[in-house]
Amino acid sequence: MTPRSRLHVPAPPARPGQEPDFSYVQISPAGAVNRPDVTASVRDIENLALEMVRVLDDEHRAVGPWDPHLEASELQVALRHMLLTRLFDDRMQKIQRQGRISFYIKSTGEEAVAVAQGMALQPGDMLFPSYRQQGLHVVRGRNLVELMCQCLSNTHDMCKGRQMPIMYHWGSGNIFTISGNLATQFPQAVGWAMAAAIKGEDRIAATWIGEGSSAEADFHYAMTFAAVYQAPVILNLVNNQWAISTFQGFAGGEHKTFAQRGPGYGMPGIRVDGNDFLAVYAVTQWAAQRARQSGGPTLIEHVTYRAAAHSTSDDPARYRPKEEWRAWPLGDPITRLKQHLIALGEWSEERHGRLEKELEAHVTACWKEAESYGTLSSGPTLDPLTMFEDVFKEMPSNLVRQREELRALRSATAAERQQPAPPVAKKG
Amino acid sequence: MARMNMVQALNSAMDVMLERDPRVVILGEDVGFFGGVFRVTDGLQRKYGEHRVLDTPIAEGGIIAAAIGMGVNGLKPVAEIQFADYIYPGFDQVVSELARLRYRSAGEFFAPVTIRTPCGGGIRGGQTHSQSPESIFTHVCGIKVVMPSNPYDAKGLLISSIEDEDPVVFFEPKRIYNGPFDGDPHKPAVPWSAHPRGEVPDGHYRVPIGRAELVREGKDVSVLTYGTMVHVAEAAVRLAGVDAEIIDVRTMAPLDVDTLCTSVCKTGRCVVVHEATRFSGYGAELVATVQEQCFWNLEAPVLRVTGWDTPYPHAFEWEYFPGPARIAAALKQVMEAA
Repeated sequence: MTPRSRLHVPAPPARPGQEPDFSYVQISPAGAVNRPDVTASVRDIENLALEMVRVLDDEHRAVGPWDPHLEASELQVALRHMLLTRLFDDRMQKIQRQGRISFYIKSTGEEAVAVAQGMALQPGDMLFPSYRQQGLHVVRGRNLVELMCQCLSNTHDMCKGRQMPIMYHWGSGNIFTISGNLATQFPQAVGWAMAAAIKGEDRIAATWIGEGSSAEADFHYAMTFAAVYQAPVILNLVNNQWAISTFQGFAGGEHKTFAQRGPGYGMPGIRVDGNDFLAVYAVTQWAAQRARQSGGPTLIEHVTYRAAAHSTSDDPARYRPKEEWRAWPLGDPITRLKQHLIALGEWSEERHGRLEKELEAHVTACWKEAESYGTLSSGPTLDPLTMFEDVFKEMPSNLVRQREELRALRSATAAERQQPAPPVAKKG
Repeated sequence: MARMNMVQALNSAMDVMLERDPRVVILGEDVGFFGGVFRVTDGLQRKYGEHRVLDTPIAEGGIIAAAIGMGVNGLKPVAEIQFADYIYPGFDQVVSELARLRYRSAGEFFAPVTIRTPCGGGIRGGQTHSQSPESIFTHVCGIKVVMPSNPYDAKGLLISSIEDEDPVVFFEPKRIYNGPFDGDPHKPAVPWSAHPRGEVPDGHYRVPIGRAELVREGKDVSVLTYGTMVHVAEAAVRLAGVDAEIIDVRTMAPLDVDTLCTSVCKTGRCVVVHEATRFSGYGAELVATVQEQCFWNLEAPVLRVTGWDTPYPHAFEWEYFPGPARIAAALKQVMEAA
């Protein structure tokens, strides 16, 4: 028979009803990977892209050269941030299910990525997140009421009712506005970092993308520009295994690790256990230090698992085993850090329970306050005439005219509502 | 005052702005060491250094995205897209990002980016080096769209664009880079030095965005046009022997409705001319605006003279180009009506 080509269609190891199988995830033992100097040349550290940086071992100890040696008090803060992020997510999900917000995206199982990285970076560093890094806001001390008001599109909504829930921004907190178009923030962060270098600042940029959207051209633009100009930026690829219904093989993860793309473009690629708070913190610190001293960009692949649905509009039971997350070999980032603190003698189940209750109460209080500023269904909302603002810095005449047209329409409708109903004509 | 062609005038605008404002940076393919394939950035890197005038990888999406990030970080980037025909890889970054950052963040984030790009045909560029995609951008809310027709306006409008706090897509009709073109490719080229709008101040001045210009006064019919076609329309008016009023739209968004409609209400007749294809072209917006504002003053249907609804063919560009004969025929047609 003559040889012929065959189209390869990637298939995940398990579909609904089948046994979860994560044997494809190559895992290095904790402490096994070397920690090179931040000035190391790319070609000497390509192993970092293939292995997996891990610090927490199975006995909950921090081991090996990547241990960032954080104080117990810092680890307790980290645990608090991750737990608050999870409880906030859980509450917002429930609220969406009650129909009080239109949409939500949880970060369950991935909290270590945003929280560890947020903590490892400086407050002046500019963050260009995707939509699953709400932990960054938590780390930087954002009042949850503001995030909730955004999800409610109410009178205190930072986006003035223009964006779907979770598309936050925070100018003074140096967190960029989230786009619903995936991956666009990746090369923008590189441009921001180029400007920082042009201006001679020591601030760096960090940005996040999913493994799924790394297939977009924007990923390639970002990698090319970052490498060409040695921009001070940390490029984070969160490999949570699933892009809605397509597994990471559809983004090109079957044959090489995503981190290996880094050396391909001429920058370090580091593959890290994304559910290991200490490992994520350590590699971020390494990449930040390298960027700050003109060493250029680093690509970090965070190997993690999207334990929740993609969004409230998604039902993962239709495409993956229902309990797949239980089989995830890298565990739960919150449990792992908690166990580490307990092993250090700096935490207990009882303290954890108390913290959980305290944070639950905090989230409840925040929600009560947020709701008092209005909800999308029952109001109050902002004046709809604000929709014409911020299209441009100054409103052009066509928008002024359209705003007046809507204003007139609304006052006519309001006047009509106030009039008593006209008498019904009787046939004579 | 100096005599400048459009290339020199645009170069002078960037020179002035690089000198005046340390936030201004230029980036694009071949714009640095080489000075651009059309020489528009010639000498700027030598003068201001390679941190202010940057050569980039061949990636229009990357250029626009990087410019956005730079703009967010306080710079005023001027990005060159080598041909308007190459802008599409960057389209998402323009439409979904650049145009809407200010809106989606309720004013907290914005990027004052100017995108310069040569457009239009008549240089044997075939279907990938001749397009006029302005209407694709005027349909996007949140960006301003500009196309000058002469060196004086080119410099003044580019300075206004760079100073603007909102994004601007700045189209440069490349057929008239070196001289006004009246639509007859067989005539010897005319340089800008012989044209009054080839007189360009050396220093800083602005031509405001959002203002059309009356190029020729007349009483019979109003011709609404922009870019290269301003000069072709002038030739067509001479050919048709009508006393036409020619308006150079100059900025397509925001549109100077008052200047356009005052003219049409006065003359009662209107022909819209552009080089871009006809269907859903920018002319449709002009015609709709005219009929809304001037309907009771109109003596004849408003006509459009445009490129055909085909790609720009390499071998037949002069059959494609809406030259003086086609415009003159339309002028006669509106004069004969009613």
